This record gives sequence, structure tokens and C-alpha cells, in this order.
Amino acid sequence: MTTLARAKRWLPPLGVLALGLSLMALGLWRGESRELLQKAVTVCLECIGIG
Amino acid sequence: MLGMYRNRLTRGKRRLPGRLLAQLSFFLLQNPLLSNFFNGTIYRGGLKRICTPGLNCYSCPAAVTSCPIGAAQLFLAGARRGLGLFVTGFLLAAGVAFGRFICGYLCPMGLLQDLLYRIKSPKLRLRLRFARYAKYAVLAVFVLILPFAVRHPLSGLGSAWFCTYICPSGTVFGALPLLAANESLRMFAGPLLILKAGIASGLLAASVFLYRVFCRTLCPLGAVYALLNRIALLKMRCDRKRCVSCGDCARACNLHIDPVKTPNHPECVRCGDCKAVCKERALSYAFGAEKKD
Repeated sequence: MTTLARAKRWLPPLGVLALGLSLMALGLWRGESRELLQKAVTVCLECIGIG
Repeated sequence: MLGMYRNRLTRGKRRLPGRLLAQLSFFLLQNPLLSNFFNGTIYRGGLKRICTPGLNCYSCPAAVTSCPIGAAQLFLAGARRGLGLFVTGFLLAAGVAFGRFICGYLCPMGLLQDLLYRIKSPKLRLRLRFARYAKYAVLAVFVLILPFAVRHPLSGLGSAWFCTYICPSGTVFGALPLLAANESLRMFAGPLLILKAGIASGLLAASVFLYRVFCRTLCPLGAVYALLNRIALLKMRCDRKRCVSCGDCARACNLHIDPVKTPNHPECVRCGDCKAVCKERALSYAFGAEKKD
């Protein structure tokens, strides 16, 4: 298998993985995990179909 | 010959509790606060700022982490009206690393359906080929479009449509235990709960006869992982030099996939039943980039 063929196989999964990790880092930097925490610690009655 | 086949089947059956053990362990890892089921309260600590890859409702009393599908809708429906970068990145990274192995081993809703399918009953085959495409429509409409587009006229905020109207995980692991243990919540229960309890009970009843019916037809998380299953780093590999095309693996598959033809089919949840019955040991798990199917 040539190096080029091998690189072509690895490119899609590693590209998506790198994109995913970069977005996660950017999201953390924007304070999204704090936002998520604020919402997730309260029972959203509508969300679970009670209200 | 038949004896050999029986031995393989027995070995397959011995493997199954191993997967069940992994599913139960991961369920407890995500939901360790079992005492909250009796208190009727939810965990309010800092771990909820992280997501776990399965469909595990963050309003489940025992849950200590957040559900990625709930979190994605939260950001789309919020004032910023944006795709949450953290949760989108998480879904991409988890999906491309493990694919639908997450459905097979890590998801609490998958565990529940697997337990129900173990009830002795006639087993049916899902013959509607288009049914498996419904989950992509659920992902697009209920998780992405409606939370983003439909806004409350006064607050300007959207709703988590999938959680509100469909999610059986939220009903089974969140709403019903909270209602059972917390009397003050019962006065809020209305027609919405009847709708959601109907959907959840219908799906759970169907799971006794049809393998993983929710994962295959309606789960938006399953749709995300299915899209990434072909390129996921965790793969099923078929060694064609060893394969004798006996068809045992295809017959053992509850999802009716032929692992020789498509070992990385979008619907394959990596349960390993095919691998367990293969007499030639032609099927195995592999981690890394492989040839396309």
C-alpha cells in the first residue's frame, strides 16, 4: 500500500476527530459547558414531558 | 460439524453477559446516584457540564452527566441561536472514534431494549426498509430545525422538541421516576405526559418483539453515530481469506446485516454476535483506518 493510499484512508476519520476536538475546545473557551451546567441542574418539566 | 457449530453458539451465548455487564457498568457510571430515585430530586453538581455519549436524560434523578441530544437542542433553542460548539464537537469526536459501538455498549436506552428483547417471545423482522431513515428525519426536524426556528413570541426562546414530544429515555428514566417519588410534581402532569408515556410504552412493548426498534427507527443520536459508523476508528473487520461464506454471521445478526458484505454497516451496533458464531474467526474488531466496505 502506498503512503498516499494510506493517508487517504486515515484522512476522513482523523479529520473529523480533529474537527470535533477543536470545536469542543472552542466551545469550552466560549463558556458553553457553564451554560450547559446551568440548564442541566434544573428539572425542565416541559423537556421531560411533565409540564 | 454440528457439534462445532453448537460450541460456537454456546461461546456466543457466554459472551453476551459480558456485553450486558459492560452496559450495566456504564449505566451505573452515568447514573450512580440511585438513592435519588427515592428522593425525587436530581443531581445539581459540576459534572453535569460534561456529556456522556449515550441517550441518558440529564433529568434522570440518578444521572450525573448530560445528554448530548438534550444539550444540542438547548443551545439551538437558546438566545444565542447557535449550534453548541462543545456538544457538536463532542458528538463528532465520540462518533468518529467509536461509531455505533456506543449504541451497543454505552447507551442506557440500548440496555433497556436489550433486556426487553431477552424476554421469550416470537421475534419479528423490521421489514420496512425506509423505517431506518426516519431517525435522520427526527434528527433534522425535531433536534435541529424546530428548536432553532420555532420561538416563543414573548421570551424569544425555542423548545427542546425531541425531548418534549418524543424522547422515551426522558420519560422512562426522568419523568416517571420523578413523578413517582416527588408528589409536588404530580400536579403539573397533563396531556403531554400521556402522549410521551404512550410513545415510550409503545416503543418498549415493540422492543420485546423487534430488536432495538427505537435505535433503528427514531433515535437521533443513533442517526449521528450511523452517519459516522463507516469511517469510525473502531471497526468490524472481515478477513476474506478466512471467510468460507457459510452465512452463520448474517443469520446470527439481529439487525439482519451481512457482516461479510458490509462489516461497517451504518446500523451495526457492534454487539459482536456475528463474531461469536464465526467458526473461522474471520470477523474481529479493529481500531484504525481500514479499507472501505
